[in-house]
Amino acid sequence: MSGSITVENLSKSYRIGGARATTLRESLMDAITFARFRDQTPEETIWALRDVSFAIEPGEIVGIIGRNGAGKSTLLKLLSKITYPTSGEVKVGGRVAAMLEVGTGFHPELTGLENIYLNGSILGMSKREVDRKLDAIIEFSGVEKFIDTPIKRYSSGMRLRLGFAVAAHLDSDILVVDEVLAVGDAAFQKKCLATMGDLRSHARTVLFVSHNLAAVENLCRRCIWIDGGQVRMDGATHDVIKAYMDFMVGGALADVDLENPENRRGNGKIQFRSVSFLSPDGVAQRVIRAGDPVVIRLHYEAREPVSHPSLGFRMYTDMGTLVTETSTWHHGINIPLLELGEGYLDLEIDCLNLMPAKYALSLWATDDSGAVVYDSVECGVTLEVEMANIYQSGKEFDSRCGIVFFPQRWNLSGTQPFGRNLQRDASECEPLPR
Amino acid sequence: MECIAELWRFRELSYFFAWRDIKVRYRQAAFGAAWAVIQPLLNMIIFSLLFGRVARINSGDIPYPLFVFSGLLPWTYISGVLGFASLSLVSNEPLLTKVYFPRALLPMGSVLAGLLDFLISSVLLIGLMLYYHVRTGWALLFIPVVMLAMVLLTTGVSMITSALCVKYRDVRYALPFFIQVWMFATPIVYPVTVIPARLRPLLVLNPCWGIVDSLRASLFQEMPIDFRLMGASLAVSLTVFLIGAFYFRKAEKNFADVI
Repeated sequence: MSGSITVENLSKSYRIGGARATTLRESLMDAITFARFRDQTPEETIWALRDVSFAIEPGEIVGIIGRNGAGKSTLLKLLSKITYPTSGEVKVGGRVAAMLEVGTGFHPELTGLENIYLNGSILGMSKREVDRKLDAIIEFSGVEKFIDTPIKRYSSGMRLRLGFAVAAHLDSDILVVDEVLAVGDAAFQKKCLATMGDLRSHARTVLFVSHNLAAVENLCRRCIWIDGGQVRMDGATHDVIKAYMDFMVGGALADVDLENPENRRGNGKIQFRSVSFLSPDGVAQRVIRAGDPVVIRLHYEAREPVSHPSLGFRMYTDMGTLVTETSTWHHGINIPLLELGEGYLDLEIDCLNLMPAKYALSLWATDDSGAVVYDSVECGVTLEVEMANIYQSGKEFDSRCGIVFFPQRWNLSGTQPFGRNLQRDASECEPLPR
Repeated sequence: MECIAELWRFRELSYFFAWRDIKVRYRQAAFGAAWAVIQPLLNMIIFSLLFGRVARINSGDIPYPLFVFSGLLPWTYISGVLGFASLSLVSNEPLLTKVYFPRALLPMGSVLAGLLDFLISSVLLIGLMLYYHVRTGWALLFIPVVMLAMVLLTTGVSMITSALCVKYRDVRYALPFFIQVWMFATPIVYPVTVIPARLRPLLVLNPCWGIVDSLRASLFQEMPIDFRLMGASLAVSLTVFLIGAFYFRKAEKNFADVI
C-alpha cells in the first residue's frame, strides 16, 4: 500500500577487525593461500540492528529516538535502500525520499540554479518536475539574488537552505529525515519545522530521527525508541520520550555515582567521579528547592597532570531541551595545571531559578580548544528541583509554567510595585549586597 | 527486471551526472573546452612525428596522421572514460552513503560525458579527411555499429573497475598501466601487419582492435570491412558488458558499507 512501511525481523551486521582483506594484494594472497579454509583470527561482528519489526500506516508521522550508535541511522539507511539488510525484510509502499543530509551532491563549482537541478535529480525528481517547482524552491531557499553564483561562494547557511528547499519540494509517499534540523540557525530551524508540520496535511508518511526531543514531540504522535539495535519502546510520543529520559537520567535521584556510566566518551585523562549538590554551608542535598542557592560540586580525578583544561556541563530538561551550558571556558577561567589525583570544582549558584522538575546534567572536560575530549558523560547526573513558594504568593508551580523564573516585580501604570512581590526574594538572590 | 525499471525511472540522472562532469571538467582552465580538441590533436602530432617520420611506419594507402587519428579517436574515448568512470563511485562517496539511486548511473554518466569529446574529435577527423581528400562510401553506415560496440565495451569495463575501486583502491594505481599496455597491444599507432601472422587470430579477443579496424574500414574506401572481425568485437563487447552489469549488480549491495 502506498505510503506504508513494514519491517520484519530486520537485522544488519557489520564486520570489524578480524581478517577482512582490504587491499587487492591481501585478497589475492588469501585466495592463493586458501586463507578462507583456514581458521584465522575470528573477526568481530557487530549488530547495528537486530530483529527489528514494526509497521507504519500511510500518513503516520513517526519519530525515532535513541542514543548515538543505537542503530537509528542504520535503520534509515535500510529503509531508503542505501544499504541492504543482513537478514529480514523491509517492505516499502511507494516512493521514498531520504533526507539523511541536506544538499547531498551539491557541486561547489556549479551555480545555485544548476545545483537545484542536479540535487533534485539525485533525489529522484525529473527535470520537468524541477522546472515546475523551480520558482517555489528558489523562493523557499531565500537565495534568489545569488542563484547564478557558484555555490562555493555561498555561506554554509545558504547552502543548507538551498538544500532543504529542494528536498522540501520532493513529492514522495514516504519521507525519511535524519537530523537535518541539528544544523542551521534558529529561524531556519523554525522554517523547517513548519514545513515538516505542513507534511501532516499532505498525508505523507514521515519518519523523523532527531536528538531534538521537543521537535519530535511537536511533530510526531508516535515514537519508536531504539536502543542497542532493538526496538525498546514503540508508542505514544509523550510516553516514549518520558521513558527515554527516565532511562537516560538513570532513575536514581541524588545518587550520582559516575564510576561506570554507559554514555562515557573521552580519553580518560580526566574523569568525573561524582557530582554533589550542596547548600551554601556545605551540607549535601538530595533535592534543591526552587529559588534556593546551591553549590554544584564536580568531583574529578586526573590520571595525569593536565594543563589548561576546561570543565563544565550542559543542563537539559526531562524533555531534552537544553537549559544552559556553563564551564570554566565560558567564564574565561584559565586553569594552568590540573594536578594528578582527585579534586573538585565548585559552581556556586546564588539563586537556582528553575521551575520544579528533574534536570539532567551532561558533564564534559576538554582541552582549552575543545578539540581533545578528556571525559564526556551524557545525562549522567540528575538534579531534582522541588516546588517552593517562589513568588511569595503562597502559590506553587511546576514545569507546566515553563523551565525558568526570574527575579521580578509587576507594576501597574507606574505606581508603586505590588505588595512584597519578589523585592525581598530578589535581594536574597543578590550575591553581594550593594 | 526491477533494476532495469529503476534505471529507466532515474534515466535523467545519468544525463545530469554527465552534464555536471562536462560543466566542471574545464572550469578554471584558460583554454576551456578547447582542450577537447587540443588533446587528440597533440597526440596525433606526436605520434605522426615519432612513428610516421622517425620510425617510418607504413600505414598503407592512408596518410599516417589520418591513420593514427582515426585509431586514437575511439581509443581516447575508451581510455578517457575508463579513467573517469573507474573513480566515479569513489569520488562520489557522499552520494553513495546518503542517497539512494541506481549506482550504475555514476559510471554511465562518465560514459555519456565522454561522447561529447568523441563528437568534438569527430568533427576534427572530418576536417582532416577533407584536407587529405580521402574517399568514403556507403561503409559509413557501419559507424553506429562500431560506436555501439565501443560504448558497450567501455560501459562493461567501467562497471567492473569502478565497483572494484570501491573495495580496492589499488585500481586507481593499476589502471593507468593497464590502459597503457592495452593501447600498445592494439594496432592503433602501428598497422596490424607489424604483428606476426600466427599471433593475429588472438587479436580477435581484444575487442578494441575490432573497433579500431572497423572504424577505419567504415571511413576509408581503400580499406575493406572485415565483417567477421566487426561481429567478433561486437560479441566480445556485449559479453564484457553483461559480465560488468552482473558483477556490478552483485557488488553494489555493499557499496555503502565498504566505501
